[in-house]
Amino acid sequence: MDLSLLALSPPGWGGVLLAGLFSSLQLAVGGYLLGLIIGIGGASGKLYGGPIVRDLLEIYTTLVRAIPELVLILLLYYAGTDLVNQLTALLGLPSVDISGLAAGIFVIGVVQGAYSTEVLRGAIKAIPAGQIEAARAYGMSPFMTLRRITLPAMLPYAVPGLSNLWLIATKDTALLAVVGFSELTLVTRQAAGTTKHYLTFFLAAGVLYLAVTLVSNIAIGAIERRARRGMVREA
Amino acid sequence: MMKDEATILPAYKPPKARSLLEPHRLFLMAVFVGVFACAVVFMRWDWLPKYQDRLIAGIWQTLVLLATTSFFGFLLAVPLGLVQVTGPRPLKWLANGFCTIIRGTPLLLQLWLLYYGLGSLFAQFPEIRQSFMWPYLRQAWPYGFTALMLSFAAYEGEVMRGAFAGVPRGELEAARAFGMRRFTMFRRIWLPRAIQRSLPTLNGETVLQLKSTPLVATITVMDTYSVIAKVRSDTLLTYEPLLLLALIYLVLTGILVVAFRYLENRVPNRGA
Repeated sequence: MDLSLLALSPPGWGGVLLAGLFSSLQLAVGGYLLGLIIGIGGASGKLYGGPIVRDLLEIYTTLVRAIPELVLILLLYYAGTDLVNQLTALLGLPSVDISGLAAGIFVIGVVQGAYSTEVLRGAIKAIPAGQIEAARAYGMSPFMTLRRITLPAMLPYAVPGLSNLWLIATKDTALLAVVGFSELTLVTRQAAGTTKHYLTFFLAAGVLYLAVTLVSNIAIGAIERRARRGMVREA
Repeated sequence: MMKDEATILPAYKPPKARSLLEPHRLFLMAVFVGVFACAVVFMRWDWLPKYQDRLIAGIWQTLVLLATTSFFGFLLAVPLGLVQVTGPRPLKWLANGFCTIIRGTPLLLQLWLLYYGLGSLFAQFPEIRQSFMWPYLRQAWPYGFTALMLSFAAYEGEVMRGAFAGVPRGELEAARAFGMRRFTMFRRIWLPRAIQRSLPTLNGETVLQLKSTPLVATITVMDTYSVIAKVRSDTLLTYEPLLLLALIYLVLTGILVVAFRYLENRVPNRGA
């Protein structure tokens, strides 16, 4: 194995790989946050919304969880960019070139949103009803209840599921290689194809992904300990 | 004995499901039927008859991949889980490391590592090129099969670890008190109880596995996804083939879920 291929400066491909890792992480963070926002909205809708909202959200989560991510990513990637372009054409604006990053974040976010809806719904349901009633008794508005009581109180129940979702998000970014977004997996393949050192580069990318997972695990452990402070430890 | 108890106890009745025929649901259904009809009428489906046979072959290939990789992956998951619970320390570390590595990297990367990496490595050795294995190793599916199987084994191995650890100690002690040898105890008590405990998650894992199978299309295995990809490049249609693909996977997932529910109801789980 020729490790000089992984050098950071141009004859080596290390810098390219790290740039790919950076865009993978951008995608993962952006998609995860968008998914969280969708998830909070979706969970509130599923718990407190009217019958139509509830049924529509049920359809959304069921569809996303039943169709392969790869297919969803292709569908949303093309449909999303198409839709925006048609919208701008309708408004008489010149067609915009949507950045791959924005489209990718949108796609990962929609997929993650369905899963975090379910995670957050379960976590909110685990909060003792008295706490929310107490907030209402204090005259808090629904939004303030959400911000001050519901979200912090559900955190210990949601952290395991949400951290799992973060790990899935980092790995799902690899699927965007199929639509040609240069994240870590695609640049690895390009580097490997150019130099014909397939094993070296794919192993290197694997080490990078694994490092992200392991670092995340350490951070997740710390967050979990903090979220669970003051709670009775399970036997 | 069990049967008598079951007749005395009142059967558990789940709370009544909300009716499918509520007005807003009827309305939503009408909307979906309308959208579906519009899709059938206004989109182009004339390519369908031409690719019908290939599509069916592709679905068959997907199902075969799903069944074989899940089956062999599960066989591999049992020792992986068991070793992590009782094995000697080096084996424990090895199994744990395997699960961490597979679960910590994207499946697509593993697939490409095996296909491009190992594939190009194998090609360098004349011994391998001349062996009887070469005609198989030159094809794509052994790599797709291996990657999918290892991935299933790693995820399910983690589940089996929990399942083995969760079997109540008393049952194992009872088996030992009956004078069962270690292997008999494993075969009669520990393994069946662990599998029974892992059944509910097995459904989810199998659905996830079904959703992973289209990745093999990126290494030229002709599954459902790659047939649709061929349709797309032949006809230059963007949406119609993808929508059909989504529908196919939706139906397959539905069938899997129903089949597993049937299976779970067949397995008695009192006190599990």
